Amino acid sequence: MILRLLQRLAILLISLAVSSVIVFAFMAVLPGDPARVALGVNATDSSVAEMRREFGLDRSPVAQYLSWVTGLVTLDPGNSYVSSTAIGPQLSDRLQVTLWLVVAAMALAVVVAIPVGTVMAVRHRQVSGLALSAVSQLGVAIPAFLAGILLITVFAVNLGWLPANGWTPPADDPVMFLKQLVLPVLSLGLVQAAVLTRYVRSAVLDVLREDYLRTARAKGLTPMRALVRHGLRNAAVPVVTVLGLQLATLLIGAVVVERVFVIPGLGSLLLDSVSQRDLIMVQDVVMILVVAVLVVNFVVDLLYLLIDPRLRVGAR
Amino acid sequence: MRHQIRKTALLAAAATAATSLALASCSAGSSTSGGNAGASSGGATGGQQSSDAALSIGLVAEPANLDFTKTDGAAIPQVLLYNVYQGLVQLDQKGDISPALATKWTVSDDRKTYTFDLAKDAKFTNGKPFTADDAKFSIDRVKKDWTVSLKSAMNVVDSTTVVSPTQLKVVLKAPSNDWLYRMTTRVGAMFSRTGVDALATKPVGTGPYQLGKWTRGDSISLVRNDAYWGTKPYYQTVTFKYFKDPTALNNALLTGTINVIGTVQTPESLGQFENNDKYQVIEGTTNGEVVLSFNNGSGPMKNKKMREAVRYAIDHKALVDTCWAGRGALIGSMVPPTDPWYEDLTGLYPHDVAKAKTLLKESGEANQTLRLRIPTLPYAVSCGTVVKSQLEQAGFKVKLDQLEFPAAWLTTVFTNADYDMSIVAHVEPRDMGAVFGDPTYYTRYTNPAFSALLKQADEGTEAEQVADMKKAARMLSEDAAADWLFVLPNLIVADKGITGIPKNAISESFDVTGLAGS
Repeated sequence: MILRLLQRLAILLISLAVSSVIVFAFMAVLPGDPARVALGVNATDSSVAEMRREFGLDRSPVAQYLSWVTGLVTLDPGNSYVSSTAIGPQLSDRLQVTLWLVVAAMALAVVVAIPVGTVMAVRHRQVSGLALSAVSQLGVAIPAFLAGILLITVFAVNLGWLPANGWTPPADDPVMFLKQLVLPVLSLGLVQAAVLTRYVRSAVLDVLREDYLRTARAKGLTPMRALVRHGLRNAAVPVVTVLGLQLATLLIGAVVVERVFVIPGLGSLLLDSVSQRDLIMVQDVVMILVVAVLVVNFVVDLLYLLIDPRLRVGAR
Repeated sequence: MRHQIRKTALLAAAATAATSLALASCSAGSSTSGGNAGASSGGATGGQQSSDAALSIGLVAEPANLDFTKTDGAAIPQVLLYNVYQGLVQLDQKGDISPALATKWTVSDDRKTYTFDLAKDAKFTNGKPFTADDAKFSIDRVKKDWTVSLKSAMNVVDSTTVVSPTQLKVVLKAPSNDWLYRMTTRVGAMFSRTGVDALATKPVGTGPYQLGKWTRGDSISLVRNDAYWGTKPYYQTVTFKYFKDPTALNNALLTGTINVIGTVQTPESLGQFENNDKYQVIEGTTNGEVVLSFNNGSGPMKNKKMREAVRYAIDHKALVDTCWAGRGALIGSMVPPTDPWYEDLTGLYPHDVAKAKTLLKESGEANQTLRLRIPTLPYAVSCGTVVKSQLEQAGFKVKLDQLEFPAAWLTTVFTNADYDMSIVAHVEPRDMGAVFGDPTYYTRYTNPAFSALLKQADEGTEAEQVADMKKAARMLSEDAAADWLFVLPNLIVADKGITGIPKNAISESFDVTGLAGS
């Protein structure tokens, strides 16, 4: 068990190191000079050169990489090229916003998908099950940003029930915060719910065909009770895997949805920073996303161990 | 993102020309003097009471920081100039130079010495009074500490002298009409001697507003400066909210999140507001000439016949109808309709495909493929395809490349001049000299006669300036140094009942000091 944990932890750290090199290398080959972009069109060559020195862009790539990584590891990422202000507080502000969005969307997806998926599986030969199945297929096909645009048109512009866009921190005005959260969370969450529903359905279907469930039925349990007592835990393993993958999708999906709903989260920060060639900021945001995805995978691995005792035994 | 090519006035002194009438008469300003900048500013509505109302304005480009002494771009002065920072002088809605922190000024007979009388009761938001020492500090600081290229506007200044706490004397190295005009822009902003430590986040000015809260990635709010020395503005709070997506910007107004769309990015979307009683649509003009720029320095466009052929091949009326919903004036040279030396030069190269074809053949470059390398900006993307198809109808071979703006476009087109044609809006005021007077600028245009004319205009009297600038604009157009597609319109949509919105965007500021509600 401990060995297995350490093994997973080592994989996590190696993945982080490798991805930091990849992220850095990508930024290095991006066309466009950050100093030139920061100074505007008419800066003289000498002031651009001076700015490059100030940014530390005149150093060797290895030195730049090491100082960047050191900043990250010591949680002191330094100053942004463009705004000359500390990166740390900006990242944490933006991250909070995005987390609200992602966590709420994930919660919505889970709350919708697990019951609906289970019902679809149990009734997979009935009209209601097929209808739900069709609806979820449609949901899978719609990208989150399109869902966002449609939701805005209907509920904000035409009906006027909810604000079309914007963000208010929950501490400033909780009511406005919730109102503004509804549409982006729906557009992110419903699409994920549709995807998740399909997986829940197939996982439950698989379980329903298992011998042990037939045995449970033979002992006199109703299909639903048999499923709840003997089946759900087994169905959970593939669903947790998908949840982990989806969390990654959600983080990336948030980039686009934040733009559609004008939400100042990590995604907006990333897009702005790319266009301004605020390379350190871009690297940091991308690394945060990478860390989030890798850590989620790590946690999913741990969850397997919790859910499925056989994996624990296997690790001995 | 709307774009915003800031250009230097490398030859600011010599090149671009300058002030309109105010300067010429030596008593300029005195007729409208009287320590009340509020009353003379932008669209101030006299007699409007202050209220505790709030207003929200939607814009596109958010500043990266608030320090325009070190960071280029239009976004910072748009919010801060005239609202938070004031200069000695400012531009009024007619484009005339009017008093701000200077109540009046006189110009010596040799046109080199300016004496400014300063407002007596003006105060910075850090509590310090505004004096001639601050004015000297601010002007001297441009040469010393500013890093943006615009600082060259102060190269012509020889010395600044504090005569008394309320009088400042500025001596120029040579007469320059342009200098006083540049003093109305951000370069002329007045800073407190003890308020420049954290310009990127904490601006300290003398204006009617001060910085409230800046939520990065979302909005900047200004709150009324209750210690303001002039007429206090109507709105207690004005919030600039930033929208990268034009549809989101429109939706924000439709759903009441904002009260004003500061610049409409999609003119074709105006219909939904024009047919709605809740909104007013304001259409004015800007300083943004959308230029189909040519590489005059190398490649096929070095050939004047090619440049002329392109100009004849383009049907400007059809172009602006197709790509910018018919909004935007046609000009024919590098002068917007609001400048004193504007004249309609669209007749020099009327749409004439036959002539274009003949010139193309005569040029001997007909087999060349022209690289039209445009930035990824709405007007450029929209008009780029129209330009390409019109040119192809006249027999040109055109390859259209879209380059990410700003980074990729800046490197390829602007810095390396690796292009034949591009499309960019030059939004800097009075920028004929900056764009065409400097052979190292990306247009690579070299014409000593043109440069000499600009220098002569800058040093002459007002009447001479206007005459010389007209000649220069005509020379540029006849030489087909570029083609001028149209002038970006100033399109504003606002809730009905909001008054004092400036029709034309001719200064660098989105002046909110004169706005009022009903």
